[in-house]
Amino acid sequence: MKRKISLDDMSKLEREPLTHLEPGDLMPLPAPLEDRASSPGWKPLSAQTMEKCECALDDTCAVSIPQPQNEQEEQELVRKFLSGLDKLFRREDNWTFLQPLLLTMEHCAKCQTCGDACHIFEASGRNELYRPTFRTEIVRRLYFKYVKHGGLLSAWQHGDVKLNWPLVARLIELSYRCNICRRCAQVCPIGADNGLVAHELRKLFSQEMGIAAKELHENGSMLQLRVGSSTGMNAAAVKDNIDFIDEDTSERAGFEVKTPWDVEGADILLIHNAGEIVAWPENPGAFALILNAAGISWTLSSELAGYDSINYGVWYDDAQFARVAIKHMEAARKLKVKKIVLGECGHAHKALSVIADRLLTGDLNIPRESSMTLLRDIVMNGRIKFDPARNDFPVTLHDPCNLVRLMGVVEPQREVVRLLCPKFREMEPHGVDNYCCGGGSGFAIMSGNNFSDWRFQVSGRKKLEQILNAFSDCLDPSIPKYLCAPCSNCKGQFRDMLAYYDLWEKNKILYGGLVELIVNAMVDVKPGFIQWEWR
Amino acid sequence: MTTTLFLYAILYAAALVFLVACAVRAIGYARLPLHLRWELYPVPHEKRERARYGGSYFESPEWWKEPIAFNHLGEWKSMFAEILFLKGLWEFKRKMWYRSYLFHLGLYLLIGAAGILFAAAFASLILPGLASSGFVLVLHYAYTAAGLLGAALTLVGAAALLIERLTEEDLKPYTTAGDIFNLSFFIVTVGILTAGYFLRPDTSPGALALAQGVLTFDTSLKAPPMFEVGLVLGALLAAYIPMTHMSHFIAKYFTYHTVRWDDAPNRRGAKLEQKLAEYLTYRPTWSAPHVGADGSKSWAEIAMTNPAQGGKK
Repeated sequence: MKRKISLDDMSKLEREPLTHLEPGDLMPLPAPLEDRASSPGWKPLSAQTMEKCECALDDTCAVSIPQPQNEQEEQELVRKFLSGLDKLFRREDNWTFLQPLLLTMEHCAKCQTCGDACHIFEASGRNELYRPTFRTEIVRRLYFKYVKHGGLLSAWQHGDVKLNWPLVARLIELSYRCNICRRCAQVCPIGADNGLVAHELRKLFSQEMGIAAKELHENGSMLQLRVGSSTGMNAAAVKDNIDFIDEDTSERAGFEVKTPWDVEGADILLIHNAGEIVAWPENPGAFALILNAAGISWTLSSELAGYDSINYGVWYDDAQFARVAIKHMEAARKLKVKKIVLGECGHAHKALSVIADRLLTGDLNIPRESSMTLLRDIVMNGRIKFDPARNDFPVTLHDPCNLVRLMGVVEPQREVVRLLCPKFREMEPHGVDNYCCGGGSGFAIMSGNNFSDWRFQVSGRKKLEQILNAFSDCLDPSIPKYLCAPCSNCKGQFRDMLAYYDLWEKNKILYGGLVELIVNAMVDVKPGFIQWEWR
Repeated sequence: MTTTLFLYAILYAAALVFLVACAVRAIGYARLPLHLRWELYPVPHEKRERARYGGSYFESPEWWKEPIAFNHLGEWKSMFAEILFLKGLWEFKRKMWYRSYLFHLGLYLLIGAAGILFAAAFASLILPGLASSGFVLVLHYAYTAAGLLGAALTLVGAAALLIERLTEEDLKPYTTAGDIFNLSFFIVTVGILTAGYFLRPDTSPGALALAQGVLTFDTSLKAPPMFEVGLVLGALLAAYIPMTHMSHFIAKYFTYHTVRWDDAPNRRGAKLEQKLAEYLTYRPTWSAPHVGADGSKSWAEIAMTNPAQGGKK
């Protein structure tokens, strides 16, 4: 039997990873993946990565922090960590999340109710390292020792932990082993929030130490603030791409579809996750088709960040988060639109509608609405004719955490699929009790080293189980199946995870958004808008 | 006489420490800045049909054009179920609920017994005729029954929780010496109080007389020594609780009302916006270069700069 990891292990000087996951350790999956021995192999970290980076946590490495060259460097990093820890608890530095963080630090009853709710902990075979309170307990002990300056009595009451560079390095990695889906917080009887602790740790590392996952910072929020989109598309490129999408959509629909740009005074500024434009062009095409058919006054914006709703700061850095949110609002203000509608992107919904709500004052506070409600109203108001028989294939619906548990948009998308998809079936559990796709908090775009192995085998495992269970009666490849995920990041995770387990080739499970299902059922559109081919 | 006076002094001091420490903690949390929204659904003050499945006002088209309904009844029902029955633990950790609920119900009964006892003592002091009435007799049976049942449940519940903490693989690694001490403190205190009650000599004053003595500083009373020790320990325990995470009865108000259920939107020109304007003048000191916080720039100024374009606005 494997030795259980203890909190003290986090300070170990040895550079061997604290844990190693074997296929047999992981939560079993249902058919057709019930044979754990035949699960895809886990690529080991390269010797070069192990040599150069801090990879002493588990089998993967998400942040790839270079190893300090000497003891002075290590001490300096620990000093910075402590300085950042202190700032997390100062109102001038962290008013944004101080109250919930303090409450979580000071009132966890250590009942471990959260562990049973965490998909990562469960999927890992209840590996202690991934228990929601494991990370939090370390931070809590550091808080009482170094922020509250507790002495021996405090150590006796709250427990102690040895602070050194190996501990900090492991904490950096461990802050990127949580999807921040906050399912753990939902079940906590006290209301403590382990997801928030992962968020605040990432913030400390980014805002004080300049350490963040490259995909979120350099290639994410910084790229977006430089050229307008984390995809690297500038305004000219995005317009070109949309022109191409309009052409393609027109051809598939059988009538002309044109996307309006920079229309001053339009009712709606629609902001897509620009990843859709690059990876799933049928999604923005379907949006354009539906909005035009419904006679809605709408526009896209070519302003910096005005055409990409992503806001990765929401997962790691308040300053970057605020900057991107303000760019979105400035684009809306410039066009004098009545409201912003967010396309199919969960984190963009939560970022701009919920979290940024208390950053946007004065004329930057322009109403934001979910595309789910707008689409529901369009489908239900009878202006467009639908033939649900066109969607006569098994459909299940994924609930993006940011849209559902963290924002309460649960029913509009369901009303649509119930009406338009005769073979719709729910996953269990669903709605606000859903499980994360495993790509949440930025993981869907993170695949450095062998991180994707971890997110398909561990963080995505519970969702994979749900999908297979939802389609258990129709796994035969002769029956095409549609996993509806109205969120770009979730779709990214599903694209990669379904391919990893070969579930398209072997079982014909396709994934896509909600608008594609709507257009596929539109009577005026040529049949077969959804193309049953892998993308 | 001296020991009785000492006992009264400790009881009053402990009550004062408890109240002040609870107030300091509650005021401390209440005065923290309003944080960014971080709610979790379901939110029980949503419209009833929405609260049922966890929906929000974001499901309404153009939600900002209408006043947002606040379902007080839904929120009260949710609070009632959580406070009285520990609904969260019942739903998500049933095995622990059996232990924890015994313990908490025991405490509720003990608090209730103390409340009834002092109400009876106070009433019979200001209306002496009541002392021999049936009304006080009813109260006597009520506080005796609640006290004894409460003590039994607290003892069993605390012991069961302690055993669980010491034996369950999930709990052991996170159990500190302080956690063991806390539960042991309850067991010893309630155990001694209960033993002191049952082993008291026939000549010793009853609970009502003692409560009257506390209210009138009657130093002629002499409680049995074991009961006195129990009372002192109880006083110390009451003073100690607000210094620890066991004050979660305060924290839960904030974790539920000001975090999990706080879905109040920011509307232009409203009070909430004025509060936020103050926070945006704060001057953070984060050190990473991309933040650009040198201690002189305000939060708003930092948010308006673009580090990817040379820091321009």
